[in-house]
Amino acid sequence: MEIIQTDIAIVGAGGAGLRAAIALAEMDPKLRIALVSKVYPMRSHTCAAEGGAAGVIKSDDSLDLHFNDTVGGGDWLSDQDAVEYFINEAPKELIQLEHWGCPWSREPNGSVAVRPFGGMKIKRTWFAADKSGFHILHTLFQTSLKYPSIQRFDEFFATDLLVDDGRCQGFTALEIRTGQMKQFQAKAVIIAAGGAGRMFPFTTNGAIKTGDGMALAYRAGAPLKDMEFVQYHPTGLPNNGILLTEGCRGEGGILLNKDGRRYLQDYGMGPETPVGQPVLKTMELGPRDRLSQSFWHEQQKGNTVSTRWGDCVLLDMRHLGEKKINERLPLVRDLCISYLGMDPVKEPIPIRPVVHYMMGGIHTDINAATPLPGLFAAGECACVSINGANRLGSNSLTELLVFGRKAAMSALAYMQSGLSTAKDAALAAQAKDSESRIQALFDQPAGQETINGLRQEMMHTMEQGAGIYRTGEGLAATCDKIAELRQRYVGISINDKSRVYNTDLMQALELGSLLDCAEAVAVGARDRKESRGAHQRLDFTARDDQNLLKHSLAYYHPKEPPRIDYLDVVITKSQPGVRDYSGAKK
Amino acid sequence: MSERQIELEVLRYDPEKDSAPRFQTYSVPCLNEWVVLDALNYVKENLDTTLSYRWSCHMAVCGSCGMMINGEPKLACKAFIHEYSDKIRVEPLAHFPIERDLVTVIEDFIGKLSSVKPYLIPKDDKPISAGEFKQTPAELIKFKQYTLCINCMLCYAACPQYGLVPEFVGPAAIALAHRYNQDSRDGGRDARQEVVASNEGVWECSFVGACSEVCPKHVDPAGALQQVKVASTIDWYKEHLMPWVKK
Repeated sequence: MEIIQTDIAIVGAGGAGLRAAIALAEMDPKLRIALVSKVYPMRSHTCAAEGGAAGVIKSDDSLDLHFNDTVGGGDWLSDQDAVEYFINEAPKELIQLEHWGCPWSREPNGSVAVRPFGGMKIKRTWFAADKSGFHILHTLFQTSLKYPSIQRFDEFFATDLLVDDGRCQGFTALEIRTGQMKQFQAKAVIIAAGGAGRMFPFTTNGAIKTGDGMALAYRAGAPLKDMEFVQYHPTGLPNNGILLTEGCRGEGGILLNKDGRRYLQDYGMGPETPVGQPVLKTMELGPRDRLSQSFWHEQQKGNTVSTRWGDCVLLDMRHLGEKKINERLPLVRDLCISYLGMDPVKEPIPIRPVVHYMMGGIHTDINAATPLPGLFAAGECACVSINGANRLGSNSLTELLVFGRKAAMSALAYMQSGLSTAKDAALAAQAKDSESRIQALFDQPAGQETINGLRQEMMHTMEQGAGIYRTGEGLAATCDKIAELRQRYVGISINDKSRVYNTDLMQALELGSLLDCAEAVAVGARDRKESRGAHQRLDFTARDDQNLLKHSLAYYHPKEPPRIDYLDVVITKSQPGVRDYSGAKK
Repeated sequence: MSERQIELEVLRYDPEKDSAPRFQTYSVPCLNEWVVLDALNYVKENLDTTLSYRWSCHMAVCGSCGMMINGEPKLACKAFIHEYSDKIRVEPLAHFPIERDLVTVIEDFIGKLSSVKPYLIPKDDKPISAGEFKQTPAELIKFKQYTLCINCMLCYAACPQYGLVPEFVGPAAIALAHRYNQDSRDGGRDARQEVVASNEGVWECSFVGACSEVCPKHVDPAGALQQVKVASTIDWYKEHLMPWVKK
């Protein structure tokens, strides 16, 4: 097996991975940096983020306001020291991107423009029309091309971490085009491989979002934190889950039920605000968890619009006018016309909540370090946690910049701290095991199980038991089902026996990652007997700060469900309070 | 919801088994609102797990799923079934070597993209603490269109010149160089001209305009190429006829 010697190897080349790579190249041009991804960097799912990135820049805003919006939005499950670091670094990172050429939308005087977003008291979302993630990703990718020390390994699928002497020393990865396994040796590894939304049937997430990075760390012993918190974005196209950005509501779009009522006023987010004049942090600019939950209640009451794609509510943007929609929301208009055959300039658009983001992920401290020495993580795959129980829209793009860079700084410091010499034989033995595991998928005779069959059952049970509202009973059934699927997964084989670009094999590996992550979500949710942020239990409807102002930590077991442990939330200055999104607050 | 049975004729090629590409036909029950990618996913999930192709976002922004659909370069996620007859032929992107089935080898494109120095080479240095560079909406509009390229390579598959002269830097890469050249914050045009204005650069372009016609994001690379040609011509005149005038 070929050994690739690097100083620091990064798994994932989306926003966080690219930001980390650039930071490393800038800190020390002599570093050997390997940027390893199962797709070409510009295919990474950062590209699909639309709305924008939060950072305090305007004189009417303050770091305290951003702090309060984030911590309250997260239902006090965020670690406040991490939030403080995040909001301090946010503006610098966004300016850095501007210096690298990101085409941020502008005010007439040439300064960067900001737009309102849900759960934010002040307009602070930097945006590049409604293609903000796309522009951030391409700006980072193109900037990364300046640095010869960043060696890219595009279309390499990382399969297992190599852990020896108590520290992570690299990983094995399959070169997809040849099917050959390679051993990446590194003094530190950064995982930045995105979320796992594909465990659900209806998601904004692209096909590649299969939790591979989370599962890599989890199987190597690093716990997954707060996995039970899954964000539903309130406005997805009903036929295929394509996201319509929160910017639609930020610019003044309103949500209506079948009677034309702005139903959010009935769920603690009223009184009604004037149409086309959005008021921050109330009504349509409430936080995502509350909006998605309101949809569920409307559905229970029979107030939703019945469409051929299921129950929907309506997102009405007609009053914004064609000019504003074209200028601020061109992608939204294009997506509605292309994929739904409806023009938001002319008619209200049916939408429903859609799985969008995992608040949980690989447990890291404020330095982006995991409990496994030598292993760091950033971006959606990680849980720092700044997002707590519910992420505010436009914090995640900034997060991948701030903590992508932080992971690079920490990894470099770790590498320079004086490490023992790698034992090649031990690493080689582990790499060989990883290769054998892949080979077994080729050799196993065809059985009853199919990858698609197991995947469908997984998605179905996750939607049934671990959706917007959950019950102990439903979650127990989902936990049992996932445990069963994990057992059945052991028996799968692949039909495609070719070594060259074998997507049958990739999908088998991705399904394994998803099942591991799904079990952490379901078990975490079953054991969290309270309602907080995006985790809502019909059998435990109140938040329980007495017992559960804690992060959950799921520890992997190869055959059994994860062991769940708890860790106190870091509270520095904001004691848990009431999340008030009514217009009458203050 | 109307359903139609589509004959999907897909190019297959496994270099380990096949001496040459072949076609395999799948009969796929398609909803009329589907795109060709949905039909491929149906095949992958239900009929034949050995079919290989790239895809991810299903919303025309990641640029993975470019392929030839009835002979035209298209994003499979934006090629609507209702726009086709009951027989659809799907092949890998033209002008790129086939890796496997619908997957092409794209290293040539990636190399060309890197070669044009597609990053901001700032006119003035400015520390982060000094804040953002000012850029008016009018200045932004000058290059905004050229930032929209998703690197899907449909323009390379459509470009007759790239088919004939593989050294041609090509539409997307030149449009990206032009994007940075037109950016009010940038001072790197001279550094990019070496590649962009070379024989393999803009001067290979025969201005057929096919690149702009197939672009799913309306980037208009052909327009960018023409602007680069005009600017490069002016450079040449200044340099050779008026050496006393600074560029």
